Amino acid sequence: MATTVIPFGPQHPVLPEPVHLTLKVEDEIVKEAIPALGYVHRGLEKLADIRDYHQMITVCERVCGICSMIHAVCYSQGLEELMGIEVPKRAELLRVIWSELHRTHSHLLWLGLFADAFGFESLFMQFWKVRERIMDINEATTGSRVIVSVNVIGGVRADLSQEQIRWILSEIDIVEKEVRALQDTIMNDYTVKARTCGVGVLTKEQAYELGAAGPTLRGSGVAQDMRMLGYGGYAELDFEPIVETDGDCWARSTVRFRETLQALDLVRQAVAKLPEGELRAKVKGNPPEGEVFTRVEQPRGECVYYIRGNGTKHLDRLRIRTPTFANIPPLLAMMPGCELADVPVIILSIDPCISCTER
Amino acid sequence: MQGNIIDVTADTLVSEVMKLKNDGQRLVTYSTYQADEKTIGILYHFDKNLEVTHLRLEADMGKPIPSISGVLFAALLVENEIRDQWDVKFDGLVLDFNRSLLLDPEVTQVPLVSNVKIESKQ
Repeated sequence: MATTVIPFGPQHPVLPEPVHLTLKVEDEIVKEAIPALGYVHRGLEKLADIRDYHQMITVCERVCGICSMIHAVCYSQGLEELMGIEVPKRAELLRVIWSELHRTHSHLLWLGLFADAFGFESLFMQFWKVRERIMDINEATTGSRVIVSVNVIGGVRADLSQEQIRWILSEIDIVEKEVRALQDTIMNDYTVKARTCGVGVLTKEQAYELGAAGPTLRGSGVAQDMRMLGYGGYAELDFEPIVETDGDCWARSTVRFRETLQALDLVRQAVAKLPEGELRAKVKGNPPEGEVFTRVEQPRGECVYYIRGNGTKHLDRLRIRTPTFANIPPLLAMMPGCELADVPVIILSIDPCISCTER
Repeated sequence: MQGNIIDVTADTLVSEVMKLKNDGQRLVTYSTYQADEKTIGILYHFDKNLEVTHLRLEADMGKPIPSISGVLFAALLVENEIRDQWDVKFDGLVLDFNRSLLLDPEVTQVPLVSNVKIESKQ
C-alpha cells in the first residue's frame, strides 16, 4: 500500500488553533503523525528580561486568553512563594471563584467546538449560548470578558459585593440547569457516540508515561488534578478529581462536561466560605535570589511555572510549561490506526491551545 | 523550591532518569536557566502522586547533552524547544527538528542566551 503524506493544518476549517501535523496515511488510515510548531510563537518568556516582575503578570495573562486568570494565579503564587508573601484568605477564595468561572467558560467553549468538529452545529450553538452568561459575569465583575486582569502579586485588585455575589449565584444556577439540559445529547446521543466512542484511545499506561495532563490524563483513568495540592483557596473546598476510564474521545469530553458542573459547585463553595478581610498583602522590594517551581490546574490540565529571581526587579528566568505542550506526545500516540476523518475529532479531544504551547 | 533535588552529571543523567521511570515517576517537563556564561542549568521535573523530584544538570552549552527521549518519548518536544531557544544539542534525540521546531530559518539570534548569534544552521 502506497503511503500518502497529508499536511493537516495549521489552517484548517475545523481547528480553532493553528495545529500543524504531517500525517502519513495508507488507504485513509493514519500510520504516523509528526507535529510542526512555531506558527504563532511569540517568545513571551524572553520578555522577563525587559519587563519587571509586576509587569510580567500582564504578559503571563496573555499566554492564553481562555486560561488567562489561571496563568496569573500560577505566576503570582510563584512570586509570592519566592518573596515570602502571605496572601489574604479573601483574595485566595476570590481567585478560586474567577478561576472556576474561567474553567466553566473554557469547557463550554470546548464542548461547543467539539460538537462542531463532528458536525453537530446546533449543539455547538447551545453550548456557546450558555457560555455567554459566564462571560457576562466576567465583564460585570472585572470589566473584561476574557482577560480579566484581577490578579496582582499579593492578592487581587477587585472585590465582589454582596449584590454581585447574589447575582453570580443566580446566574450559575441557570447555567447549571441549561448545561444539564444538554447532558443527554453530548453523552448519550447515538451520532455523538458513533463519532467519539473508541476513537483516539489513550491507555492509562500511555497517558502516564507520555506525560499527559488534565482531562486527557483523567479521561484515561489517572486521578491526578493539581487542585488536589490545595493551592490557594482550594485547601478549604471539598474536591475530588473527575475520572473516566475509557481513554477515548468520549471519555475526555465526559470529563470536561462533568468538570463544568463541578466548577460551578466550587464557585458556590468558595462563595460560602468567602471571609471578610483584605484583598492584597503589601509587596516590598524585589524577588530575592532563588527559584520556585509552582503548579496549578488549568481547564486543559497541569500548568507549570519555574521562576528564578536574582534580587533585581527583573526575573532571571521565567519558564512556562502549558498543558497542551504536555498533551502533544499523547496526541501523537492516539493517531496511528485512526481514520483520516477522525483526525479533527481526536485533535480537538485534547483541547489544543497553540498560543499556550508556543508562548 | 518544593520537592527533592538530585544533582546529576551528563554521565549519570540517563541512569537516574531510568531509576525514576522504574519508580513510577512521570516526566512533567524541564526548566532551563543560564548558570553562567558557558553553562546551562537544566532541571528535569518528575512527579509521583503530586510529589515532585527534580534532577539538576549543569552542563557546558557547547557540548551535546545526552537525550532522555529514548527513555521517555515525551522528552522530545522539550528537548527540541531547548535546542531552539538555547542552541544546545542533544545526543540521541529521537526526532530532531534541528532548530526548526519553533523558529523560522531567518532567526539568527539565540533567543534566550545573551549576545549569541547563530552563523548558520547545522
